[in-house]
Amino acid sequence: MALRGLAQRAPQRGKHRLFWACLAAPGILWLTLLFIVPFYVVLAIAAGQLNQLFGTPIAEYNPLHWTTGNLSAAWRDIAGPSAYLGPIFVRTILYTAIASALCLLIGYPAAYFVARFAGPRRKVLMLVLLIAPFWISYMMRMLAWVDLLQTNGYVNSALQFLHLANHPVNWLSGQPVTVVLGLAYGYIPYLILVLYAGLDRIDPALIEAGRDLGLGKARTFMRVTLPLSRQPIMTGLLITVLPMLGDYFTNQLMSGATNTSMIGNVIDQQLSTPLFQGEGAVFSIFLLLILMVPMIYYVVATNRTSREAV
Amino acid sequence: MNASTATAAPSSQADRTVRRASGFRRRNPWRHPWFLEGFTWLYLIWSLVPIGLAVLFSFNNGKSQAVWQGFSWRWYFSDPVNSVLHDPVLHESVVQTLRLSVYTTVIAVPLGVAFALGINRWRGVTASSFNFVMILSFVIPELIFGVAMFFTFTALFSFVHLGTLAETLGLVTWNVSWPAIIVQARLVTLGRQYEEAAADLGATGWQTMRRVMLPLLAPAIFASAVLVFSSVIDDFVLVDLLNSNAANTPMSVLIYSTQRGGNGGPALNALGTIMLAMSFVVALVGYLGYRWMTRGERMDNRQALAAITGADS
Repeated sequence: MALRGLAQRAPQRGKHRLFWACLAAPGILWLTLLFIVPFYVVLAIAAGQLNQLFGTPIAEYNPLHWTTGNLSAAWRDIAGPSAYLGPIFVRTILYTAIASALCLLIGYPAAYFVARFAGPRRKVLMLVLLIAPFWISYMMRMLAWVDLLQTNGYVNSALQFLHLANHPVNWLSGQPVTVVLGLAYGYIPYLILVLYAGLDRIDPALIEAGRDLGLGKARTFMRVTLPLSRQPIMTGLLITVLPMLGDYFTNQLMSGATNTSMIGNVIDQQLSTPLFQGEGAVFSIFLLLILMVPMIYYVVATNRTSREAV
Repeated sequence: MNASTATAAPSSQADRTVRRASGFRRRNPWRHPWFLEGFTWLYLIWSLVPIGLAVLFSFNNGKSQAVWQGFSWRWYFSDPVNSVLHDPVLHESVVQTLRLSVYTTVIAVPLGVAFALGINRWRGVTASSFNFVMILSFVIPELIFGVAMFFTFTALFSFVHLGTLAETLGLVTWNVSWPAIIVQARLVTLGRQYEEAAADLGATGWQTMRRVMLPLLAPAIFASAVLVFSSVIDDFVLVDLLNSNAANTPMSVLIYSTQRGGNGGPALNALGTIMLAMSFVVALVGYLGYRWMTRGERMDNRQALAAITGADS
């Protein structure tokens, strides 16, 4: 029966393929023109020259005419005698690493509790509260901390009330602590949701089995729960690390000073000055190449989990 | 908790001896983890109370964002000059946010749904590589994509000037993966049997699509529209790079640039509160609509929540 059905439909397959291809065509065209081509434009700007008269970048679309002016300018800023980017790179990696670690340290226990121990009613309430930050604009969440951290804000009043500080601290100009905490606060909801989804999928029977077979609480956690949550931890960290590396706005709002600026701030500033736009293009390609590996890892990993879930 | 103390009580003397001998502590191993629960509540307080305070300051009867000076509506509408209602820049930013959300949703959802259907059924190298490109557009850091869009609209397609059109084109590309991913996930769960049944009964490809697939996909399409709409309300980086003047600056960018310029005030909190209210209305409509559309299916609150947050795909 099934075979005959297939045979009958066989001549139609070509027509069907065309139908599906036509459905996908607008999306494919859109992605080509407004996603693939734009990256070629960045490359063309990065490899192009400056208009001497206006100081604006000129895109060079023919690879045979590509020049290395912007690339060497970028290299000068990284390694030349007047290089200023070294500390910024180190700072970017350091801030991102500390903020992500904080996200994980705070997020894992919370996600673990909601996934495993919260009773059904409390679970829905807690989930709603965990999800709420998703629906609140990032800028509003940053603004909330800008308010609290003002010199006459509630954080300083609390610190003075508790006699932890004698005079108000100027939290919002050039304090690395504020920037790192701001980053952690900004991106932790994404991590928690990924962790929750992963931890919720762990079969409680496996953990109970660990306990029944004589492992203590800590060892059950180390030998059963933690290995099973490796995948969600990895994807969750990626989901915080990728945007943190391209973040410039958290930094600007929480500090705005050059002594805390990160690679995102450099690109953002270069983009606003036509003279440096070519160099900005070089740095964004540079950042893209570095992030390509974790991005592809993320795509492959999430594909695998969604296939396993089905 | 009551259940756990009840199970702990009747453990016999012998049982205890065995436990002590094998190194067990005498505590009930399944007791409620109060410490973890407290920690989780602390996290929730840390994550939400500051926002509550920021909302509160939007009602401040004074120019401070940090010291409470009494309740008023002045930053929303009472003040004839500086309120969101009367200040043209603030006012226009609210309109622009809504405008971009509507434009983007109207374009991105049909585009993404058609793309998902086509890619999912049209197997081949082209299909899978474009699917990969689409997923890549989902994970790429927004700054890198924004830089690419910026150069595209200033160097290559310079006839699209920076402004509403550029913002919309950028936002559609950035958000088209929501419908594409969610609809594909739904297609995988549905399987092919409905389509094949329709085809066996003599429906053409177009009829199958309209009468069978679209109704089945309706909840997924709806959920993705809700997600696109709300993510445009919250979007910042793209519109920050692609706007050109006050007439096409949405709320998120206005809050950022004004606060950074040192001119912050409760009016910005009012804008943020309006954004928050918009998002919550969209979320609520989304949740209720999704429950209503899937009322025949077995589903609990959590699954509907997950669908509306995009966490189930």
